[in-house]
Amino acid sequence: MNFEVIAGVSLESLINAQMIAYALAAIGLNVHFGYTGLLNFGQSAFLGVAAYGLAMTVATFGLPFWLGLIVGLLSAVVLALLLGVPTLRLRADYLAIVTIAAAEIVRLLFRYFSEYTGGSDGLQAFSDDFYAMNPYGSALEIGNLISFSARELWIMTVGWVLIAISVTIVLFAMRSPWGRVIKAIREDEDAVRSLGKNVVSYKMQALVLGGVLGSLGGYVIALGNAAVQPDTFGTEFTFYAYAIVILGGAARVFGPVAGSMIFWFLLAFVNATLPEAIRAGYIPTWLMTETQAGAVQYILVGLGLMLLLIFRPQGLFGDKKEVMLDGR
Amino acid sequence: MAADTNVPPGVAKAREALKDVPHEPGAKKKDPILVADKVVRRFGGLTAVQVDHIEIQRGAITALIGPNGAGKTTFFNLLTGFDKPNEGNWTFNNDPLAGVPPYKVARKGMVRTFQLTKALSRLSVIDNMRLGATGQKGESFWQGLIPALWKSQEEEITKRADELLVRFKLDAKRGDFAGSLSGGQRKLLEMARALMVQPDMVMLDEPMAGVNPALTQSLLGHVKSLREDGMTVLFVEHDMDMVRDISDWVIVMGQGQVIAEGTPDTVMADPRVIDAYLGAHHDGTAHDSAEVAAEVEGGKSDE
Ligand SMILES: Nc1ncnc2c1ncn2[C@@H]1O[C@H](COP(=O)(O)OP(=O)(O)OP(=O)(O)O)[C@@H](O)[C@H]1O
Ligand SMILES: [Mg+2]
Repeated sequence: MNFEVIAGVSLESLINAQMIAYALAAIGLNVHFGYTGLLNFGQSAFLGVAAYGLAMTVATFGLPFWLGLIVGLLSAVVLALLLGVPTLRLRADYLAIVTIAAAEIVRLLFRYFSEYTGGSDGLQAFSDDFYAMNPYGSALEIGNLISFSARELWIMTVGWVLIAISVTIVLFAMRSPWGRVIKAIREDEDAVRSLGKNVVSYKMQALVLGGVLGSLGGYVIALGNAAVQPDTFGTEFTFYAYAIVILGGAARVFGPVAGSMIFWFLLAFVNATLPEAIRAGYIPTWLMTETQAGAVQYILVGLGLMLLLIFRPQGLFGDKKEVMLDGR
Repeated sequence: MAADTNVPPGVAKAREALKDVPHEPGAKKKDPILVADKVVRRFGGLTAVQVDHIEIQRGAITALIGPNGAGKTTFFNLLTGFDKPNEGNWTFNNDPLAGVPPYKVARKGMVRTFQLTKALSRLSVIDNMRLGATGQKGESFWQGLIPALWKSQEEEITKRADELLVRFKLDAKRGDFAGSLSGGQRKLLEMARALMVQPDMVMLDEPMAGVNPALTQSLLGHVKSLREDGMTVLFVEHDMDMVRDISDWVIVMGQGQVIAEGTPDTVMADPRVIDAYLGAHHDGTAHDSAEVAAEVEGGKSDE
């Protein structure tokens, strides 16, 4: 078995652009779900509108890159308002249904308006200005283990800065009286109302904040791939983000980052190990062929998540005492 | 009545205000803080609340009593905006309140607690308390991000919260999750939290249900001291001893309507009230606990 390859891809996935994008999506989702108790199943749409906002502004309309960034962020805010206004007065489960539908609509709109969005092929050629700012001249190689191109290094640097900013904002916001109201809303909206707080307004603020933080992940995906495609922003994206939030521990500031690192590390590790093990004969082919290994990795990760929820419902970094309170 | 010489000023004021008020449903008060007219709430075919006219005297402790299902909680929900009436109007401090959302009702100074306690489980006891304070700068998102803007206010709030916690015997639980409190402790926390709002009027829905008798005594003392501070208290309670002990005025509801009003002594001797509690076949003589027990036994054997 080639342990260098296995170790290399696993380690890379701890810090690469994919992990960063999901971490940002999960940081936003954690604001929604972990802190506010909003069941947003349409997080992918926030990343989608930001990514397409940027890509369309530059590639379709030929406007400047920085304007694309603003358009992307504004799109995320508008999406939050569109989702929130009709649903935040209703019970929590309605938001779940509306958001899952809205995310699919957004994705299909990216396909539908192909004149502007490039249809299912998506858009390219919007990231030149971004890479023109790249300060890295050469690739990074650590032995035969890890290698990142100069472009990868640049998007990773920006991505980690975005993570640092997002985590700081969440940290400060949740330690403030504002965060106290947000967490109280998760526990019991009516109690918070009875104390004179405008619950709908706070829920809207949380929806916007989590959406905007998540949308930063959309930039990382778009710029990292130098392309956007509608199907990147499907429902399974949101489900992975949920898995990451729960893995790290809901309502933990660093939970989503750690969760994303572990999630992608495990997936990469299993993904690299299984084919190697089959080739080396450690796993007999009657059990699993190399082509089946791709499906098995998700089965294993799913099993792992189930075990985690059974034996550590608070996630890896959560507080067991806190989770157990729910049982009362 | 106790000798008037050592009556605290709040009690004396309340008694004076209610002295000439007729003992009849919908009686006019001298200085009402809350006035409700023709408030009706129907659930399908059931009329849960049908209050023609009600006035709550400012600065007094008023008890709202009535048998299970009389509509007391529903009436609370309507007054505080948590439920919408089919018809009706009411004013608080002369502000019309019909259609006003609950959070605005609370900000106007009318704060309620819930019969089914709403502790914020995964917040600490002290955070539950701090949440109650109004006008917090740090509760706006942008200002919240800058601790320097709200730290000093937070300290004031925390000080006030700690004083209340001591008063409610919850200081030992300060840092625990509210979800780890017992049922009675949650009642206490909810009441203390409502007081953090510093309202003009508190509406307590069965505040003493499940609280141990020794503590009840000290809490009653606390409720009385609210009256001395000029606060108006409206509370629902089934424990008649408590009602007799602390209330200046009693309003009785039965099947959604106000059926009697008056001072505790007169109301509890009122045959209509006893009928409402014990069923219409009761003969209306003064009731004692043995008799009530006998009634209950009889009711059970019917099933
Ligand atoms: N949401 C609802 N839907 C249908 N009926 C309701 C609803 N809420 C209350 N009711 C009915 O309205 C009536 C009054 O209920 P309410 O809770 O106000 O009584 P209560 O006086 O507070 O009684 P208790 O002393 O037992 O707390 C009851 O008959 C109840 O069944
Ligand atoms: Mg009730």
